[in-house]
Amino acid sequence: MTEADGVLAVDILLVEDNPGDVELAREGLRECKIRNNLHVVADGLEASAFLHRKGAYASRPRPDIILLDLNLPKRDGRDLLREIKEDEELKQIPVVILTTSAAEEDILRSYALHANCYVTKPLGIEQFLQVVRSIESFWFTIVKLPPK
Amino acid sequence: MSLRDKPIRQKLMAILLLTSGVVVVLTCAAFLTYEFVTFRQTTLKNLSTLGRIIAANSTASLAFQNEADAREILSALRAEPHIVAAGLYDKDGRLFARYPADLPVAALPAAPDQDGYRFEHSHLVGYAPVAQASNARLGTLYLQSDLTAVYGTLRLAGAIAALVMGVSLLVAYLLSATLQGTISRPILALAHTAKGVSERHDYSVRAPKLGADELGLLTDAFNQMLSRIEDQDRARLQLITELERSNKELEQFAYVASHDLQEPLRMVSSYTELLERRYGDKLDDKGRTFINFAVDGAVRMQRLINDLLEFSRVSTRGKPMQPVDVNRVLGAVRANLSVAIREAGALVTNEALPSVVADETQLVQLLQNLVGNAIKFRGGERPLVHVSAQPGATECVFAVRDNGIGIAPEYFERIFVIFQRLHARGEYPGTGIGLAVCRRIVERHGGRIWVESAPGQGSTFYFALPTGNGGQVP
Repeated sequence: MTEADGVLAVDILLVEDNPGDVELAREGLRECKIRNNLHVVADGLEASAFLHRKGAYASRPRPDIILLDLNLPKRDGRDLLREIKEDEELKQIPVVILTTSAAEEDILRSYALHANCYVTKPLGIEQFLQVVRSIESFWFTIVKLPPK
Repeated sequence: MSLRDKPIRQKLMAILLLTSGVVVVLTCAAFLTYEFVTFRQTTLKNLSTLGRIIAANSTASLAFQNEADAREILSALRAEPHIVAAGLYDKDGRLFARYPADLPVAALPAAPDQDGYRFEHSHLVGYAPVAQASNARLGTLYLQSDLTAVYGTLRLAGAIAALVMGVSLLVAYLLSATLQGTISRPILALAHTAKGVSERHDYSVRAPKLGADELGLLTDAFNQMLSRIEDQDRARLQLITELERSNKELEQFAYVASHDLQEPLRMVSSYTELLERRYGDKLDDKGRTFINFAVDGAVRMQRLINDLLEFSRVSTRGKPMQPVDVNRVLGAVRANLSVAIREAGALVTNEALPSVVADETQLVQLLQNLVGNAIKFRGGERPLVHVSAQPGATECVFAVRDNGIGIAPEYFERIFVIFQRLHARGEYPGTGIGLAVCRRIVERHGGRIWVESAPGQGSTFYFALPTGNGGQVP
């Protein structure tokens, strides 16, 4: 969590290549009770750089949670998930798979790679916003996260 | 091991040796018989000639009762060593002189017998008349010859025959050992090839053709058969490869349908809804209706895609067949449909159901679609659904009967086609996938599905699952 305007805000990393979905996530998070900083990267390589604070991301904070799409350009979400969960430091960060795919093999593979939960993006806007709000309230009000 | 199970080489040798052996033995036997008969005749003839000469010489000594002279004449028989005894009888049948001189009287017959020569015991004996030219009979000459000469000749002939037989059989053995190859070699080559084919499943080998006879024809036919099998095998492998590829493509399609096709759809529906949320107050009723149409279209499109996916997964995601208790399957169906059953106040009854060999997940889906339809297409009354089974010798026929709205006969086929619907969406929801999936599941199990119904009379859906190769479990 980083301090902004004297108030603690959670840092959320959204790895998503579809600007439409990014906008929807923003829309959902805007209505959230908890202050949050949404960081968005569009592919797996960018996400890796962000997490390791490389290049332009040197001064970025370590996120409190990662919302990860599976099908990404350049570097696949599954690859990134493996990298995160094999990294001693990064593996503590909860990873929520947020994807369109309802395919059984994607679900099984994600959990096999130690994803913390798997959520399929719903079709309707109301349901989508509800999902974003639920993720936020579950991970930041119910769950106790590891200290940074 | 009987001859039948011996290798063909040995069988051919045995046949050839047996045949030539029998021929040689028969030939030798004929030769020996001929030798025996002719030699006996010659001996007989010689003795009778000798008898006639001695008898002619003895006339004087008998006529004059000159015993010494008679002995003298008989002693001339010394020249014939095989004459073992001789006797001269006078006309009254009394023994007058004998040969050899020291021969005991008892060794000769007491009185002469009938004239002529005959074989007696192991001897040849003969009585010859002693008469003068005037035909007045003076007495009888008795001659006894042993047969050692006959037997000696026979022994020699036998030895020759045995030698010929031995040599012939040896030659026959050597010849048959060489010549049997012309028959056995192509057969052995054929057997070797056939064994290789069945052991290694290598259909590219060919049996060598060693001649243009019937075995050559057999070899040709065998090789042609192998070529055909090889072609079919290649075609089969190609088909399998194509099938695997098409299955992979279908899997790929399924993934595309579940992910890539949904994404733009979600964008359409989400952003039309967002449009309404943000700018709804700036739109009139018509504008909001348009948005509803757009969202409804997207939702329906998503349902169609999901249904198509489910339809394709009947074959791509099928699980192995195993014995399934259909009572348990119906239990699962009741649990899955509990909300619909409760809401419709439906009564789902059943008879005792058998076990069948099936994909349990798909059997649940099949029965669930049928029972679900029976409840969905209900008439004015309380829905009554009855599930029964009629086990048969080759297939087990299941029936799901309802008291719903029924179907006109002209639609009996159409209802099983994907996305075919008989009712407006407002009346009964759904894309028209349920019965198409049912038919696909039944067909994957090698069975069939059909309906009997009339409008307003309720419907009975039947599906038959084969019980072949132990399909039905007691």
